[in-house]
Amino acid sequence: MAEEFKPKILGIICNWCSYAGADLAGSARTQYPPDIRIVRVMCTGRVDPLFIMKAFIDGADGVLVSGCHFGDCHYLEGNYKAAKRMFLVKSVLRDLGLEDKRLRMTFVSASEGAKWAKVVEDVVKTVTDLGPSPIKEFAR
Amino acid sequence: MVDTTSTKNPRIGVFVCHCGTNIAGSIDVKKVVEYALTLPNVVHAEDYQYVCSTPGQKKIEDAVKAKNLTGTVVAACSPRLHEPTFRRATQEGGLNPFRFEMANIREQNAWVHMHEKEGATNKAMDAVRIAVAKASLLQDLTPKSVSVEKAALVVGAGIAGMQAALDLANAGIKTYLVEKNPTIGGRMSQLDKTFPTLDCSQCILTPKMVDVGRAENIELMTYSEIEDVSGFIGNFDVKVRKKANGVLSMAEAEAKGIVGGGCNGCGDCDPVCPVIKPNPFEMGMKPRKAIYIYHPQVVPLLYTIDFNTCIKCGLCVTACGEKKAIDLEMQDSFVDLKVGTVILALGYDMFPVEKKAEWGYKKFDNVVNSLEFERLICASGPTGGHLIRPSDGVTPKKVAFVLCAGSRDNTGNAKPYCSRFCCMYSLKHAHQIIEKIPGVQPYIFYMDIRSFGKMYEEFYYRIQDEGTKFLRGRVANILEDPVTKNLHVYAEETLLGRPIDLEVDMVVLAAAVQPSAETERTRRLFGVSCSQDGWLLEAHPKLNPCGTTTAGVYIAGVCQGPKDIPDTVAQAEGAASAASIPIHLGKVELEPYFAQCIEEKCAGCGMCVNLCPYTALSLVDKEGGGKVMQVTEAKCKGCGTCGAYCPGGAIWMQHFTTPQIVAQIDAFLVGGGQ
Repeated sequence: MAEEFKPKILGIICNWCSYAGADLAGSARTQYPPDIRIVRVMCTGRVDPLFIMKAFIDGADGVLVSGCHFGDCHYLEGNYKAAKRMFLVKSVLRDLGLEDKRLRMTFVSASEGAKWAKVVEDVVKTVTDLGPSPIKEFAR
Repeated sequence: MVDTTSTKNPRIGVFVCHCGTNIAGSIDVKKVVEYALTLPNVVHAEDYQYVCSTPGQKKIEDAVKAKNLTGTVVAACSPRLHEPTFRRATQEGGLNPFRFEMANIREQNAWVHMHEKEGATNKAMDAVRIAVAKASLLQDLTPKSVSVEKAALVVGAGIAGMQAALDLANAGIKTYLVEKNPTIGGRMSQLDKTFPTLDCSQCILTPKMVDVGRAENIELMTYSEIEDVSGFIGNFDVKVRKKANGVLSMAEAEAKGIVGGGCNGCGDCDPVCPVIKPNPFEMGMKPRKAIYIYHPQVVPLLYTIDFNTCIKCGLCVTACGEKKAIDLEMQDSFVDLKVGTVILALGYDMFPVEKKAEWGYKKFDNVVNSLEFERLICASGPTGGHLIRPSDGVTPKKVAFVLCAGSRDNTGNAKPYCSRFCCMYSLKHAHQIIEKIPGVQPYIFYMDIRSFGKMYEEFYYRIQDEGTKFLRGRVANILEDPVTKNLHVYAEETLLGRPIDLEVDMVVLAAAVQPSAETERTRRLFGVSCSQDGWLLEAHPKLNPCGTTTAGVYIAGVCQGPKDIPDTVAQAEGAASAASIPIHLGKVELEPYFAQCIEEKCAGCGMCVNLCPYTALSLVDKEGGGKVMQVTEAKCKGCGTCGAYCPGGAIWMQHFTTPQIVAQIDAFLVGGGQ
């Protein structure tokens, strides 16, 4: 291991809460590690399990899905549906021999900039500790 | 038919913004531009100091024309800030505005990775790659124009809601004003005087209450609650529960054919009612009957029966006589409203300061909170304005005011924020007792005196000159002398650097304020977010303080955060102005993020139908047998929950299509090669 492992983490986050919270972290200049790339959706309800599986097949080391708190969803209940799907995807990941900790769902509101920074920090640390995704080995 | 095709040979232009040093300070902008030019489909890339400036926007417009672009990408701030700006610039160039995609390299990059230039630059290059991948697949979309109902709803009839309703009504808009209490007026009607002018609160409020009651365009719905909300900007369907108050108004009586009947507020029912309960308006310090009004100046002047305590003896019915105003069998009724815009003015409650047990509130008789003090010093209050201490009815000669009682408290069992108006009203309280009680000595225990408003600092000087003693220190403990019921206030006087034990006759806790009990339920009905303390979240803290993230819903007053009366009224007028704009325009444009059904792929299983929270999806018969899903665009809000579920991939979520999102994921992880 000559080079330090820098994980590739995909964040799929909702426009109304988590994306706004991440923007707030920016305005407040709350620093966190740069190892995450964001895809914005209107609601975490839009997160098709396919997207997560695609990311892992493409070689992502971790995936973060972040939405509104329960009861706060801009579309009433999209985050409940997303959260339910996460259980499904996690069990598929386990069946594939992938640590289910590589997938995380969090709830960050538009006023929780500091929490967003903490979440990213924590996800980066968790995934870094787990090391590169074993799927990359397969691909080779 | 849904168009699922994308442009054959996309030509994308990339514009990277320096934002002064905001972005360029932590990201190598030139490197990002050079990198962008190597990406597939990118035919143009440039950087500029401020892309949002007029010359910056012109660059987008010119490049679209000169290079015959099919899509644009701006790497700059958050799309929540400048997406509309760059969409317009793209449109000026002759493209559909939805052929624009933004890469956020400021809020979610440069500002949060200020000391990691390499990491930040790599992240910016990835963000541009991801955005280009999406821009290559974007399609022409047309916003949907919907008409706006020419009516507004204001929830909460305190000073904020009243002011907002009056402004809307005066602008010619039919306004429904819903209030949970039997009367309008809110917290302001409980106050005695207002700082710093010392106007009598009721004297300046009641004319407004009367105006609201009389305004032709205002339909007042007191003793009512919001039951259910559906719809969207321009077309909200609101169900209001009119709680049974057991009393017919004159209009209601007339509608029932009782000539000359209905409640005229004569009060004949009050003396005969045998049930005695504490009056919440007087903070429980004065009794009321089961049939009651809060105070003599209520609007509307209409008695209310509290059916939780009424024993239905019928004495009031007899006393009411020919007016036949009382109906002891009345049930809650529901009213359906259709409105274009909504203003929430939900107000506040006092923080239950007994949670801070060290101050002995609710344990010691002579410790009161500031709203109880307002009633005790108010001429229309339970004591007729004679301040007495609750334990023995004696006029106090030494009174301590404890500021920040539950505010600015990081212990975890109180509020971390400043409640903003307690400093000023406590100064006012000190003035009021000096004015009313000869020889009285007020003491104010403070951390800082925050007298920030117009003429507030001058008022503070005046109170100092009048002889109020200011002790700088947070009160650690209050104990009661069991014999005299006097109180010992223990604190550290930090200016002298020594502990003090002050014996006083009475303590007034300037308790923190918190969102009213109904705020949580009501905000969720309207889909409005809250900040971590429960106050309603504005769309932008500086530039959109009256708006929310739900289009067509606006906020005013303390429900957005603690503020004094002038600020509340100002925000209410702002919210009324904002809420009147869509109504006066008559139509609004909705972003075209609708679900579409790809009929060839739809198996008609109907699983999506139940997933939709807006009942926008339905199954219809297909030509030649079988079923197919159909989207009612007006109902679809574009969350995409159905699109994520459809097992056949038959749902096309415009602007967030599966191919677009998968392209973004691929672009990030495998370089985005076509």
